[in-house]
Amino acid sequence: MRLRSLLPVLLAGLAAAPASAQDLTGTMKKIKETGQITLGYRDSSVPFSYLDGSQKPVGYAMDICSKVVEAVKADMKLDKLEVRLNPVTSATRIPLIANGTVDLECGSTTNNADRQKQVAFTNTHFLTASRFVAKKASNVSKFEDLKGKVVVSTSGTTNIKQINEYNAEKKLGITILPAKDHAEAFLMVETGRAVAFVMDDVLLASLAAGSKDPNAYLISSDAISKPEPYGIMLRKDDAPFKKVVDAATAAFYRSPEGKAAYDRWFTKAIPPRDINLNLPMSEALQKAFSTPSDSPDPAMY
Amino acid sequence: MNYNWNWGIFFEASPEGTGTYADMLLSGLIWTIVTALCAWVIAFAVGSVIGVMRTLPGRVPQAFGNAYVELFRNVPLLVQMFLWFFVLPEVLPESWGTWLKQMSNAPFYTAVVCLGLFTASRVAEQVRAGIQALPRGQRMAGTALGLTTAQTYRYVLLPNAYRIILPPMTSEFLNNLKNTSVALTIGLLELTARARSMQEFSFQVFEAFTAATLLYILINLVVVTASGLLERRFAVPGR
Amino acid sequence: MFANFDFSVILTSLRYLFLDGMTFTLTLTALAAVGGVVLGTLIAMMRLSGLPVLPQVAKVYVNFMRSLPLVLVIFWFYFLVPYIGQWATGAERPIQVGAFTSSLVTFTLFEAAYFSEIMRAGIQSIPRGQAAAASALGLTYWQSMSTVILPQAFRNMLPVLLTQTIVLFQDTSLVYVLSITDFLGAASKVAQRDGRLVEMYLFAAVVYFAVCFVASLLVRRLQRRVAIIR
Repeated sequence: MRLRSLLPVLLAGLAAAPASAQDLTGTMKKIKETGQITLGYRDSSVPFSYLDGSQKPVGYAMDICSKVVEAVKADMKLDKLEVRLNPVTSATRIPLIANGTVDLECGSTTNNADRQKQVAFTNTHFLTASRFVAKKASNVSKFEDLKGKVVVSTSGTTNIKQINEYNAEKKLGITILPAKDHAEAFLMVETGRAVAFVMDDVLLASLAAGSKDPNAYLISSDAISKPEPYGIMLRKDDAPFKKVVDAATAAFYRSPEGKAAYDRWFTKAIPPRDINLNLPMSEALQKAFSTPSDSPDPAMY
Repeated sequence: MNYNWNWGIFFEASPEGTGTYADMLLSGLIWTIVTALCAWVIAFAVGSVIGVMRTLPGRVPQAFGNAYVELFRNVPLLVQMFLWFFVLPEVLPESWGTWLKQMSNAPFYTAVVCLGLFTASRVAEQVRAGIQALPRGQRMAGTALGLTTAQTYRYVLLPNAYRIILPPMTSEFLNNLKNTSVALTIGLLELTARARSMQEFSFQVFEAFTAATLLYILINLVVVTASGLLERRFAVPGR
Repeated sequence: MFANFDFSVILTSLRYLFLDGMTFTLTLTALAAVGGVVLGTLIAMMRLSGLPVLPQVAKVYVNFMRSLPLVLVIFWFYFLVPYIGQWATGAERPIQVGAFTSSLVTFTLFEAAYFSEIMRAGIQSIPRGQAAAASALGLTYWQSMSTVILPQAFRNMLPVLLTQTIVLFQDTSLVYVLSITDFLGAASKVAQRDGRLVEMYLFAAVVYFAVCFVASLLVRRLQRRVAIIR
């Protein structure tokens, strides 16, 4: 009698174990079948994801992604998980996530409601606002000073959209050039092709710090957006994978390791030129780390 | 397919505040056409001169013409764009370089000059081939009539040569038109660049590229039809 | 003008430029050329086949590809190839395609349109009597094509095919727009990292010029030899 009542439980247990391996869907299934996961990295999103002196992708977001990969490997009980790397630009990252070329995009992608129609984001790993960098010699320090000037921004970013909207709203007559990547955009300012480069302030600070003459540049005093969240990007409608990634990032951000990873890239010397960005963790981000969230709403932070 | 289709996107306002996404693509189309036409003027003029030089009896003009064609044909267009846009202002005297860089619409002028000189090397090849395809007797007849070399080219050789090379010139014109898209790398907001920014703003990648593709096909059809009319209009009677 | 020209930046990055960049460019060129010629020949045969529908399909394909700028096609395929793969293999999710494979598919399909026009001219250059003779001998269509017509067409067109391959070699530089590390991509990454645009872009131009110039000289020599034998 006792045995009989136990039997369904045992059977259910037996059935459940293989089911969890077979019923994988989406990215998890793909990882299981191919034994590979592909990370998207950026050329020049310092210090999130960029190429170091030997042209290998490194950075804060790459560190987070490698934690996620470990978590995925542990969760799926895989002996081996091969990590493949694929370069992405601001313009190609969303289609490449959607079409399966890249599984996780490890960079500096702003998480907003518009983008969530096409892709999903895990917990926020940084908060940043849109400002511009310009040469001190150009005598511009506020967005209004850019009236009638040539300004560059990276194509495919929220920033180029914001500066376009700002320009249209204030009727400033700014000429906005799109550049392929942050390095190219910064180069336009460096060589005098554009007066200012509109981008997330943290990226501007790192580009200026890494330039030949860091003292020649200033960052605008005002911003045209609230501090917006950055998140690691993954495919939409893939709840099981998102659950693993969310859990992994949440655990990482709450643990001292998360803070250490932040400090490693923002308060210490980083490759390739041993520059120290000196950006201690903001209060808002400390809050976001203690209560991890994937909300796209800047007001939440 | 993990994709949200939205064909109505073309009638939604673009974030530039100047109109809809359709307007954005149309402005790209206009820049493509304007750039292609301006570059073609340079290509046709310079290409004709270089092409003629390569058929002249003198050795110096021949060598110069050949050097020009080899130089511009053997470096990828994209690299040439970068040379004109990023390198030229740096190697010029500083005041000139600054003037170049601060020119408004710099990507447009750079694209026109670069594309024009690039296409000129291809036009030169066609012009040379056209002139060399003419019977030698034509040149001799010109000389026998007492025409100078310049007159022989102007009144005898070139009018015939241009007629022969009209079909290959059409395809060079189309190449020139398509090559304007390379200028998106230096910030020219032509059709492909606009389709790309539309994709980035709206995330509707396939709608944006489909529209651009259809527009390119449309321009091609227009050019091919126009050149067909031109060919009939200028056909050498009796040939 | 070359007062602060820094040659050391070129020297220190040579390994990266050639080992990573040029290897990618050359492999892509070689494979895309082979793929493009094979596919282009098939398209040319379709176009000349005289069967129903096939010639029209081939014609539409060729004209379609030839009316689009390569940059647009590169974007299209980079985003589309995984879905095409899914559809072609009947897989349940988009096929994962790396940057190299995607570029290879793009260039093969794009250049096939151009190669097919060359091969069409090549096939048409063979006197019709040869095809007639082959069929009189009892050769099937495929036998006569593969043993009589195509070898000659291929040989007659070899210089033109190689010239088109040089164009293809130059065109591969356009994968720059996808941030892929081909030769130019590698040069521009170094240029942007070290702020040494002038040196790197000039060096890239010199290398492209040297390769293409020497290759086109060789093609011209070959052309003369082929012409004599014919």
